[in-house]
Amino acid sequence: MNDIILDFDERVVFALRGLYEQYGYSQYKMSKFEEYDLYVRNKDFLVSDSIITFTDTNGRLMALKPDVTLSIIKNTALEEGSVQKVYYNENVYRASKAGGSFKEIMQVGLECIGAIDDYCIAEVLLLAASSLRSISKSCVLDISHLGILSLLMEKCAVPQHLQKAVLKCVSEKNTHELARMCMSEGVSERNIEILKQVTEISGSPKTAILRLRELTAGIIGQESINELERILSMLEAEGLGDMLRIDFSVVSDISYYNGIVFKGFVEGVPAGVLSGGQYDRLLKKMHRTDGAIGFAVYLDLLERMGENEKANKLDALLLYGDNVDVTALHAAVKQLQSQGLKVLVQKSKPQKSGFRYIYKINEKGELVNENDA
Amino acid sequence: MKTMLNVALPKGRLGEKVYAMFEKAGFECPAIHENNRKLIFENPEKGVRYFWVKPSDVAIYVERGAADIGVAGKDILLEYEPDIYELLDLDIGKCRMAVAAKSDFCDDPARTLRVATKFTNIAQDFYTSKGREIDIIHLNGSIEIAPILGLSDVIVDIVETGTTLKENSLEVIESIVPISARLIANKSSYKFKYDLIERIKSELSAQTEEKK
Repeated sequence: MNDIILDFDERVVFALRGLYEQYGYSQYKMSKFEEYDLYVRNKDFLVSDSIITFTDTNGRLMALKPDVTLSIIKNTALEEGSVQKVYYNENVYRASKAGGSFKEIMQVGLECIGAIDDYCIAEVLLLAASSLRSISKSCVLDISHLGILSLLMEKCAVPQHLQKAVLKCVSEKNTHELARMCMSEGVSERNIEILKQVTEISGSPKTAILRLRELTAGIIGQESINELERILSMLEAEGLGDMLRIDFSVVSDISYYNGIVFKGFVEGVPAGVLSGGQYDRLLKKMHRTDGAIGFAVYLDLLERMGENEKANKLDALLLYGDNVDVTALHAAVKQLQSQGLKVLVQKSKPQKSGFRYIYKINEKGELVNENDA
Repeated sequence: MKTMLNVALPKGRLGEKVYAMFEKAGFECPAIHENNRKLIFENPEKGVRYFWVKPSDVAIYVERGAADIGVAGKDILLEYEPDIYELLDLDIGKCRMAVAAKSDFCDDPARTLRVATKFTNIAQDFYTSKGREIDIIHLNGSIEIAPILGLSDVIVDIVETGTTLKENSLEVIESIVPISARLIANKSSYKFKYDLIERIKSELSAQTEEKK
């Protein structure tokens, strides 16, 4: 029964909550409003910088929350030596990038805060991969490591002022622009080639890591690559290897994200539906010494999925005339419902809807079938 | 049913050149040469579907997944900054974004510079990087007449040969950035149609290398 009643995205939320609770994540609930101050101080962490604000009755400037992560960090106290695991299912308020109007967007996500280690990272990645799988069998999780990129840029002598632009090229897989830019700033041909080849990596963990090692041997320390390999081996052991890709075009703001970052795609949806990473640097900015890793699933993008499932026609229409006996009418409704039909009672057929069956209650109070084509 | 690759081509001279490259790469669609007003053409054998789109709209089709790949000028990409992959510089449709003014124009830094342009973001970014205060006048066409009629001091526009400017007594006073046609791809499509997209990229890349 649930499968028919629930919308596609409602079903997804149901499945995700079940999944996260299985791993001991507890639900974090928050109000619609937060102090605007919280977002102003961390503007670059937000997906979009348009925020709906209003002045509260006590004169404070408040915001309709554009993000949940910042609130979770703010309200989760540091617990030495342990890790706090929370998930959320909240509405956030954002304007689309192209100057569109504000929208209420349902977002599901989780955060793992505290003493983050290999297992925590692996578990979060596993949950991200499983989240994608519950949305669609045809999905891909792109994984990158910002530490590797930063180190690579440094060792390839990319000038400091150029690094942001180079990261932008990497995020666009724009190797020709990257080469042109670096060449004009005197980066060696050899180093440019390495940067280009790393940008073009897009493959399963095994092959990609092999390639990465090939390209960076003797240039950067292999610790971060080893970390990536260790963590991904756990996911491969779970049989998720097929949907994983190492792809450095997942670039997030390095002032917040320091290590593994990832983005999930589902076939048929034009933009990434899941986004996350390890963001210890954000915690540092909020004067904390612990770390954190998490992700968010953007349910508004899944709107179009499951559209074909909804039958165009409603089940049954029950028509009645004047002077009808209300009790007899309701008895007819119950009779149709007992056959498993959803019944709409109206005096006349609504113009735009289609119905599988049309019934009428006649003067004698009997149910008459007037089947619709 | 074989999955089709949707390709957005810019309507016009550039689009014809781009299609020729795709044809040479083995992704022909003979129906496209029929002289009619159809906008969508497919060749199920090769698994491609082309459609003609207003040049400034190619990026939107690709960003929103209605097209898996497309070809758009760098000017459009810089102006709208769509969230897509820019896979290749096709080295055609070459021109530049430039600042032009009347030949006797002399900039007075003390005054706000009035800039007429179709490319408001590019113009704004350019002058912000120079710390120059400007007043942007957004126009949609015939930008060249703005300084002549005193609507603006300068214009920011695409310049190819410079003939249009000359004929209107304008000249380029500063180059902003070189422009050319780029192969772009939808990020999600790239994940699921990787092999085909990469194949097209390397075929087209080989053609551009040949020309050099």
